[in-house]
Amino acid sequence: MTQAFWTFIALVSHWRRHPVNFGALFVGLAIATALWSGVQALNEHARASYDRAASIFGAGGARSIVPTRGGSVSQDLFVKLRLAGWKVSPVLEGTVRIHGKRFRLIGIEPVTLPREAGVAVVAGEGALGAFLKPPGRMIVTPETLRELSAAESVAIVIDGGKTLPPIEALAAALPGALVVDIGVAQAVLNRPEQISRLIFKEPPSAVAPPLATVAGDALRLVPPREEESDIRRLTESFHLNLTAFGLLACLVGFFIVHAAFGLAFEQRLAMVRTMRAVGVSARTLIVAMLGELALLALVAGSAGVGAGYLLAAALLPDMAASLDGLYGARVAGQLALDPMWWISGLGIAVIGSLVAAGGGLFKAFYLPVLMAAQPFAWRQVQQKFLWRRSVLGALGIAAFLVAHFYGKGLYAAFGMIAGLLLGAALLLPLLLDGVLRLGEKYASQPLAQWFWADCRQQLPGLSLALMALLLALSTNVGVGAMVEGFRKTFTQWLDERLVAEVYFEVAGNAETQQIEAWLEKRPEVSAILPMSKIKIRLGGWPVDIVGMKPHETYRNHFPMLSETGDAWGELQRGEGALVSEQLARRLDLALGSTLDVPAADGQWRVRIAGIFPDYGNPKGQLRIDIDRLMRLWPETPRMGYSLRTAPKAVPELIDALQTEFGQQISQISDQAAIKNLSMRIFERTFAVTAALNLLTLLVAGIALLANFLTLGNVRLAQLAPVWAVGVSRMRLAQLEFLRVLLLAAVTSAFALPLGLALAWQLVAVVNVQAFGWRLPFHVFPAQLGQTVALALLTAAAAAIWPIIRFVRITPAALAKVFANER
Amino acid sequence: MAGETRASLLRVAGLKKSFTTPQGRLAILKGVDLELDVGSSLALMGESGSGKSTLLHLIAGLDDADEGEIFLDDVAVTRLPDFGRAALRRETLAVVFQQFNLIPSLTIRANVAFQARLAGRLDPVWREELVGRLGLENLMERYPEQLSGGQQQRVAIARALAPRPRLLLADEPTGNLDEATADDFIKLTTEVVAATGCAFLMITHSKRLAARLERQVTLSSGVIKEL
Amino acid sequence: MSVRHILFILVAVLAPLIRTASFADGFAGLGDEAKGFAVVTAGTPIIFPRDFGAHPGFRTEWWYLTANLEDSSGASYGIQWTLFRQASAPGKERKGWANQNVWMGHAAVTSGTEHLFAETFARGGVGQAGVTAEPFAAWIDDWRFATRDDAPGAGLARMTVSANGADFRYTLDLAAEGSIVLHGKDGFSLKSDDGRASYYFSQPFFKVDGVLVIRGREVKVSGLGWMDREWSSQPLTATEKGWDWFSLHFSNGEKLMVFRLRDETTRGFSAGTWIGADGTPQALDRDDSVLKPLSEMTLAGRILPGRWRLQVRSHGLDIETTMVNPDSWMATRFSYWEGPIGFRGTHQGKGYLEMTGY
Repeated sequence: MTQAFWTFIALVSHWRRHPVNFGALFVGLAIATALWSGVQALNEHARASYDRAASIFGAGGARSIVPTRGGSVSQDLFVKLRLAGWKVSPVLEGTVRIHGKRFRLIGIEPVTLPREAGVAVVAGEGALGAFLKPPGRMIVTPETLRELSAAESVAIVIDGGKTLPPIEALAAALPGALVVDIGVAQAVLNRPEQISRLIFKEPPSAVAPPLATVAGDALRLVPPREEESDIRRLTESFHLNLTAFGLLACLVGFFIVHAAFGLAFEQRLAMVRTMRAVGVSARTLIVAMLGELALLALVAGSAGVGAGYLLAAALLPDMAASLDGLYGARVAGQLALDPMWWISGLGIAVIGSLVAAGGGLFKAFYLPVLMAAQPFAWRQVQQKFLWRRSVLGALGIAAFLVAHFYGKGLYAAFGMIAGLLLGAALLLPLLLDGVLRLGEKYASQPLAQWFWADCRQQLPGLSLALMALLLALSTNVGVGAMVEGFRKTFTQWLDERLVAEVYFEVAGNAETQQIEAWLEKRPEVSAILPMSKIKIRLGGWPVDIVGMKPHETYRNHFPMLSETGDAWGELQRGEGALVSEQLARRLDLALGSTLDVPAADGQWRVRIAGIFPDYGNPKGQLRIDIDRLMRLWPETPRMGYSLRTAPKAVPELIDALQTEFGQQISQISDQAAIKNLSMRIFERTFAVTAALNLLTLLVAGIALLANFLTLGNVRLAQLAPVWAVGVSRMRLAQLEFLRVLLLAAVTSAFALPLGLALAWQLVAVVNVQAFGWRLPFHVFPAQLGQTVALALLTAAAAAIWPIIRFVRITPAALAKVFANER
Repeated sequence: MAGETRASLLRVAGLKKSFTTPQGRLAILKGVDLELDVGSSLALMGESGSGKSTLLHLIAGLDDADEGEIFLDDVAVTRLPDFGRAALRRETLAVVFQQFNLIPSLTIRANVAFQARLAGRLDPVWREELVGRLGLENLMERYPEQLSGGQQQRVAIARALAPRPRLLLADEPTGNLDEATADDFIKLTTEVVAATGCAFLMITHSKRLAARLERQVTLSSGVIKEL
Repeated sequence: MSVRHILFILVAVLAPLIRTASFADGFAGLGDEAKGFAVVTAGTPIIFPRDFGAHPGFRTEWWYLTANLEDSSGASYGIQWTLFRQASAPGKERKGWANQNVWMGHAAVTSGTEHLFAETFARGGVGQAGVTAEPFAAWIDDWRFATRDDAPGAGLARMTVSANGADFRYTLDLAAEGSIVLHGKDGFSLKSDDGRASYYFSQPFFKVDGVLVIRGREVKVSGLGWMDREWSSQPLTATEKGWDWFSLHFSNGEKLMVFRLRDETTRGFSAGTWIGADGTPQALDRDDSVLKPLSEMTLAGRILPGRWRLQVRSHGLDIETTMVNPDSWMATRFSYWEGPIGFRGTHQGKGYLEMTGY
């Protein structure tokens, strides 16, 4: 133990003399840990929120019974079930608007609510009484309280004039939901004596009749975990995307660790030899080195986990917004992480640094005591280095090809990307070496020859940082192209899809015939396009069947990917249906194929007449003629309307509708507002991606800087002879700068095609696997130019300080290089 | 042979070692026999490439022999595993090289104490005495790079003797020193070594320096010849 | 049956309402909460069938049935069926979910080796639980205690009762073989020295027949049943810690109801009714009866009395009770002991015992 301790002290003393190298190691480790744990924090947090959201209805194995045809049913069914021995508790869910913002309102019945669920919404002594006694209580999370811009005990008035009970904030409440007593919910939502769900935990009594005997076909028992798995499945791809990015960024960080540790190992060879000579056994040396590494990993890892927390907290609002916008999944606004997250962050730091430093440790163990401590003959080492990296690179590319031809699913798609990126990165030194060899071959001037040869000599030392740069740049190109492509496609699609001027949704109890009659009489309304919707499941997947009028408006504008000659005619005759791209892919449907849909009375067979893009919709969609829908599901209420009218008449029409029908119209909006909202959701979805993208580039910049700084002294020894033969320091500095720019430029030249390949992977493979729709592939030349510029800028920024240091160095210091070579 | 009464400390018998070179296998040591008594000193001379350093490395357990035996205090060095040899280097013998003797990131004080601490037998009084005899008092808080070559080698000797080894091995310790410094260094070293009762085996090219030791031998054509 | 349930239901259903509530702290401040509820006054006539039904003006009331049963082999069983009503606010009963009543049901089956029980809760106003007076029906979920369909207008004379839990269920027919008994002074039953009281009547003359199902095993049983009806608004005093209550069927056809309220500061309060075989009630003076635990047992981490010695001097009663199943612990949200008992001494018969606050 004494031995190991003093060996450890000697090893650690190295860092005091090489603070920059230590800094690089520390920052690399911390950043890698931060990016990884930051992304994991976001994922963990989101999942915890889903679980909490699901837990009110599914905690401790509770089950749900829901109306078979969606919507709500009379609470008499609740009483009937109770009197028949079913231990159910009623729930009414709905949406309210507060200052224009939508909130999920949940009415519960705490007395019959299964105990586990009840705790989540009504906790603490006195809470039940206060909850039941008028005016009751509204339970929200502290975040929701902030979102409401309200204080505790305040009774909020919702849009439309009704008052909610006084607020009580509870950390354990349901994220994003306003929980009130069921009686309150019925009054506020204007659905007296209606319920939308029944939950139970205790099984019905032995003598209780089956559900169908009590409720006919009005109610359906939800299979266990159906809803939970829905939200998990829908959001899984989003989280996988995040994880992939986190992993990539983390990888770039470990590149830094690998480089810094490798350098430290070379620098400490002499020390290691001395220690071995005076009696440190190989075992003791490894123990001390492992100890050093573990300590470093723990300290830097802790800093990293802390930074990861801050990163996650900074990105959380955007992520929460996009999850809400895309999937309707509510995520609490306050990061709450369990200890396992902290531990696993540190674990990543320890494991990552072990892997990154493993090569060095292995070498140290098998290092013959007598090995010359002189630097290796660089050419020989470089050849070996290039060879080894290239073999690994080729393996990576091979993995990519295997995944491409044999892989299926999202994981395979990410495996492909990983193989491609890593393979290309590992092959980079070979490619760079080839380019530099060419330069060397065609250089005639001695200084130029030295320049090229020197660049080649620098490759092993710089290649890791350059690989990191390559990864960061190609990710930048790839993700940038995807996001831009998506933006272009999405905007165009919105333009085509949103042609009507006014859109409104009606409340469940609205007198739609009256509304239609009223609209018929308005001269400015040129077309009334009603819409109905029912929710079903096809192949276990949630699908909306939307009834629409095959109006001219749609015939002319509705965007389609492919359609039969008479798609709209087929639709109108009730023979055909339009299917969303997602649904078509999932159910393997093509034009002309048939689909059996479970209707109110038996199966209905329909032909696929068209496939339309439905970007951003996590559910499947089937569009059919509205009259047909009403015949198949007679109970279906009208859901909303699109109105064609002169743009000038829009504000007045909206006002008139609201004045006339008030509460019956739950939401009304003009075209511009909807487009605006859609674009905003879109932007926020990619805000997280963009931030990680930028961070990755930043990490690559840090890797380069660290590399230049750590190589500084070695570099001095290489430059001093050239200086001694009469090349000025300024000229040498210029050449240094040129060298950095050259390497960065060549690297970015490789990054562009790699990035485009990545973009193609993302739009054509990952997107299809993750979301079910494919995006057109676009190349944006301006963006590519921007990336090259960014690469040069990053490299220049990283190189400038070491170069300035070199320019400022005194001739005496340079001369000293000769006095004590190493 | 000086001192009949002295007991044998080191015994090398029939030691053989060859290396693989681009030109094929090259036998360096072809059956070396050598004995060294407790507290005695020996200069090992020979041409470059004659295998002097190889022999010293084998004695220090830094390399493996092809054939033959090395006994140090009746311990068969050649049969020890790595950790046993490391213990031997910590506790029984000490090595001083031509260069790279010191740990650059530690102060002179820490460097001097290093080996003794590893061996778990740092004696502060003895260390101070060594430091005094070798004239290092004013250099203790410096770093190796701030010292001249001669000073660095004196630090190396101090470090080597601090754990009171039975045998000091030195591989051309004066190779990087000018003549005057080398003379001073050898004089000081032999004095200190004699005072500790430690045996001393030094490789050198210089007959003048070799003459300062009790015995001189030459390694030539892979075998030892007494001078 | 006595005040025990006032205390009980307050704790059980609306304990959270009472921030400081616990047995140790007593129930200080509850006197205020009674404001606005109807008051129990002496001389108010009990009227049937009206008073079979609910009394929304009062804060709390219950319908309580226990029965001592035997199977063909003579093995003893007991059943319990209870419906409690508790109002959180006085005033006219509000409609729908705004209704201020919370209902709670307890049911149990006890044999010599098993004690199975269940509980359930309901809000008033929607129909999940309730009581109608004519025809009489009390229900919560699928538990029901009501006048038989084939005997409309029979009131309490011809009844049916059913309940179930995870491992048991029962359906029993009840036929009253005697008249309804008013406790205290024409149904005005005093509960403390400072005048707290409830309205209280019983039907102790039920002959019971039916089937119990215990863990899937059907048992045909018959025996004697006892129904209690009690309503009040006034809570207990702060120092009353719990109570012990007995209902006994003697082999000569006479009945006895006797209880004692345990009080830390005074000697407590006890009262009872001796019921003649013809149904004539005789209220017992508070010094007439002596209830004394003879042994102790540990159950659910508490120490409870086991055997009791009961004395009623005016009727020469001196008996020692034994439990059919000592493990008759009602581990419901708010727990207590309730189960069938036997006894020997000057009188023979069987009965029911309830012990709370231990």
